[in-house]
Amino acid sequence: MKPFAYQAPVSIEAAVALLAEYGPRARPLAGGTDLLVQLRRGASDAALLVDVKRIPDLTRITFDPVSGLTFGAAVSCAELCEHPDVRAHYPGLVDAVRIIGGAAIQNRATVGGNLCNATPSGDSIPALIVLGAEAQLTGADSTRCVPVRDFCTAPGKTVRQPGEMLVALRVPPPAARSGAAYLRFIPRAEMDIAVAGAGAWLQLAADGTIADARIALSAVAPTPLFVAEAGAALIGQRPTEDAFAAAAAIAQEACRPITDVRGTAEQRRHLVGVLVKRALRMASERVAS
Amino acid sequence: MANNKNFSVIGTRPPRVDAAEKVTGRAKYGSDAQLPGMAYGKVLRSPHAHARIVSIDTHAAESLPGVYAVVTSADLLSAEERAARVAAEDWGFLAACDQTLAHDKVLFAGQPIAAVAARTPTLAEQALALIAVEYEVLPAVVDVLDALRDDAPLLHPGLRTRSLAAPSEQPSNVAVYAQQLKGDPAQGFAEADVIVEREFRSLMVHQGYIEPHVSTAEWNADGKLTIYADTQGLFAVRDQVVWLLRLPMSDVRVTPLEVGGAFGGKNNSYVDVVAALLARKAGRPVKVTMGRADTFLGTGPSSGTVIRLKLGATREGRIMAAQAALYYEVGAYPGSLAGSGAHVMFGPYVFPNAQVDCYDVVVNKPPTASYRAPGGTPATFAMEALVDELAEKLGLDPLDFRLLNSVRNGSEDLDGDLYHHIGGVEVLEAAKAHPHYTAPLAGPNRGRGVAHSYWGNWGARSSCTITVNPDGTVGLVTGSVDITGTRTSVAMQAAEVLGLPLERVKSSVGDTDSIGYSDVSAGSRTTLATGTAAIRAAQDVIAKMSARAATIWEVPAESVTYQNGVFAVAADAEKRFTFAELAAQLPNTGNTVIGVANVDVGEWGASFAAHIVDVEVDPETGKTTLLRYTAVQDVGKAIHPSQVEGQIQGGTVQGIGWALYEGYVYNEAGQMLNANLLDYKLPTALDLPMIDPVLVEVPFPGHPFGVRGVGESPILPPPGAIANAIARATGARMTQLPMTPAHILKQMGKI
Repeated sequence: MKPFAYQAPVSIEAAVALLAEYGPRARPLAGGTDLLVQLRRGASDAALLVDVKRIPDLTRITFDPVSGLTFGAAVSCAELCEHPDVRAHYPGLVDAVRIIGGAAIQNRATVGGNLCNATPSGDSIPALIVLGAEAQLTGADSTRCVPVRDFCTAPGKTVRQPGEMLVALRVPPPAARSGAAYLRFIPRAEMDIAVAGAGAWLQLAADGTIADARIALSAVAPTPLFVAEAGAALIGQRPTEDAFAAAAAIAQEACRPITDVRGTAEQRRHLVGVLVKRALRMASERVAS
Repeated sequence: MANNKNFSVIGTRPPRVDAAEKVTGRAKYGSDAQLPGMAYGKVLRSPHAHARIVSIDTHAAESLPGVYAVVTSADLLSAEERAARVAAEDWGFLAACDQTLAHDKVLFAGQPIAAVAARTPTLAEQALALIAVEYEVLPAVVDVLDALRDDAPLLHPGLRTRSLAAPSEQPSNVAVYAQQLKGDPAQGFAEADVIVEREFRSLMVHQGYIEPHVSTAEWNADGKLTIYADTQGLFAVRDQVVWLLRLPMSDVRVTPLEVGGAFGGKNNSYVDVVAALLARKAGRPVKVTMGRADTFLGTGPSSGTVIRLKLGATREGRIMAAQAALYYEVGAYPGSLAGSGAHVMFGPYVFPNAQVDCYDVVVNKPPTASYRAPGGTPATFAMEALVDELAEKLGLDPLDFRLLNSVRNGSEDLDGDLYHHIGGVEVLEAAKAHPHYTAPLAGPNRGRGVAHSYWGNWGARSSCTITVNPDGTVGLVTGSVDITGTRTSVAMQAAEVLGLPLERVKSSVGDTDSIGYSDVSAGSRTTLATGTAAIRAAQDVIAKMSARAATIWEVPAESVTYQNGVFAVAADAEKRFTFAELAAQLPNTGNTVIGVANVDVGEWGASFAAHIVDVEVDPETGKTTLLRYTAVQDVGKAIHPSQVEGQIQGGTVQGIGWALYEGYVYNEAGQMLNANLLDYKLPTALDLPMIDPVLVEVPFPGHPFGVRGVGESPILPPPGAIANAIARATGARMTQLPMTPAHILKQMGKI
């Protein structure tokens, strides 16, 4: 592990100033469950860690039925999953966030970190994508919002520029007659990394047909993958097994899995079909309830 | 003694003597060793699986401030000494040196090249990065069957195959070849009505101990060396260190600390010699701690295997013939595990005709080491999967089929030796009678599987002393590192003989200066052999105290008896001492009484185990969930039943890991792709059902109380039992370990 400096500013302005001063070798530190491992492995050349957990805005969770859910980039997975409004209105997000590591990791790791780490297997990212979430990035001079579906650009790479930090994630209010779910496949029961994952969201029209749907995948492409055409194919359909199977087949076509030590490409493509169907089924059951 | 049911200590479940220290986090493990001025050592390892070392430049590392010493193979063996050893053809010594610090060639990715001692671990790591090694990369061979090909790269150009015949004329990657032949296999197959045949494969697996190896070495000013070791055998470490450093045995003291898991992987010494070399050069104590990647790459896993097996049976269910070929990867240096695999594989059943060919093959992977029932698990998997298929084809109940063919007292094994005092049938009958076996298993995609196994335990050498204190307590010291609770189980046997409650027996493990030679705590031997030593030492105490009582009472020694904690003379009711009363008299009537025993247990018992498992397989993802697990085992006599049950549960878990999750994954260049605990998947508590251990007690006559070793057997049946359950759940016969979801989907024809 190479030596690095550590700062723990208490305001966004101070944090952004530090990031600007150090440039690309400054890294925001939230839970550190990925970053510290990378540092120890020698896989990160960070010269400065800017601990963002002492910035009040970054640890806040707010919800109202009109503006939706906003949570800071340093909110831990455990805090988010235990929040009553999150549990009540965003079960599809809880599906993904509560399976990131065991209890000790849950208390430390953050959804913001999961997003910025940008691994293809990041569980929370497809869940955020299908819910239509946006990421708020703040730099020295400006703030911008980027849809989560566009946030990751390559393994470990995001649209975040040097000097910018992820401040918060915003999730739209739950739409009427909508439901979401996230499922992943892992070889073990828990505490594992996705071989493949699928998030699904759908909204029914008054007549019971699907008014809108979104599907996103993990671990089957260089980034978490939003498959617009799979969701689009469901619009106007009834939420039946056949419709779900057709959407799953589109997702299987769209994914670009590789063979690695965690799974083969054919296994992953097969799993996409299974998981998309199951996630759509679960999301559709949640609409009903 | 074996039939004595009136035990007062044996068979009870007292708290382990090490429990309080461990659960409060105070027990001292290897990495707790802290010495004044201590430096931290790190080891540089080869990234290549097969390469010539052209040069090593340590200059920049040595110049880094805070670096105290850098060592390479030159510090282990000077050019002159090496030349002399080469001239003497001392290949075993040179190979051991090369595995400690490679000289001119590396044979596996992870082989140590150099080591650094520095003020901090971080500085040591930085110094490693400054060591420049120039390699000439050579083609590697990583698959056991590839290594047999005529055009395979040779790991050791001088290696000739060892067998009962003369060494092979041509150099080969086959280190050992052995054939066993019994009866007439061709005739046996001709008489069989049903024949099944398959090829089974398994990957290298690691013992998966949570504590990586660590060693702290300190040289005194007088040239004497002390090593605070993380090991299964204090004398094994001493012997390795004095061998490679060419020191008198009396100059090296090894003090074992608590061990955070070992399972056979800490029989071998990996960093002790390096720590000693660094400490000598640095002129200060040095602690070398392995990381997890070091542990996967630089220690000894268990063999990957290919096993071809063919079985034939009559319509009535009698096995008539077997033919097997076992190909075992022994890693980069010659070793032998396939023979053990064959012995285990053919142990449970009667085979009138059999041919077994065993090949131990060197490949560019870490040299293999012992892992719980070494060599046995893949072999039992192959046999139990095929036996199950045969039973199915014959339409016989899988346990009935095994019972019909089970070895019994008087049966002959493949070597022609006769079984005696074995509990194989009792174990199978207990499994059949267990409610689990007949419980309804409702629901789709579910199946129940069974498997049976044989393991031959180990005995060997152990030492024990028991010192009587004037207050009536005793101090018991052995030379057996406690990796499984043996301080407790050994002390319980002494307490039973001494007629004392366990609390009055202080049980500890000595260092190499303070206790007689004892073999490694391995081979399921410690409660058996060290327990025997403790019994003998306790008997020695009683004899010596009886003699003292006789002196005090002025009666013949043989007239003194000791029963129920009381020394007495039958003819005189006045002459009576409790153990504590006599202990108090000892200082005034002579000197301390010390009971001593050294034993070499030459005969050891067979251990049989039968497991029953229920699984559910997700037909869409291929994922296996274990629903219920029962593990029946003949334990001879359970000294501490909770600890025995713990061994069975722990061994079963490791067998489940082998069955479903674990395995070294390599690329073609021989680099391990999953040298971390995220991608090398050990089972977690969440993956396991309650494992219900069932103890069968068929006493082993080679131990005074009938003890059999229990630690190894339970790892053997799980892969076969789970494969057989998967076959019933899905129709797919699995032939490859681990049985990953991808393999299962493939076998089911889903991908």
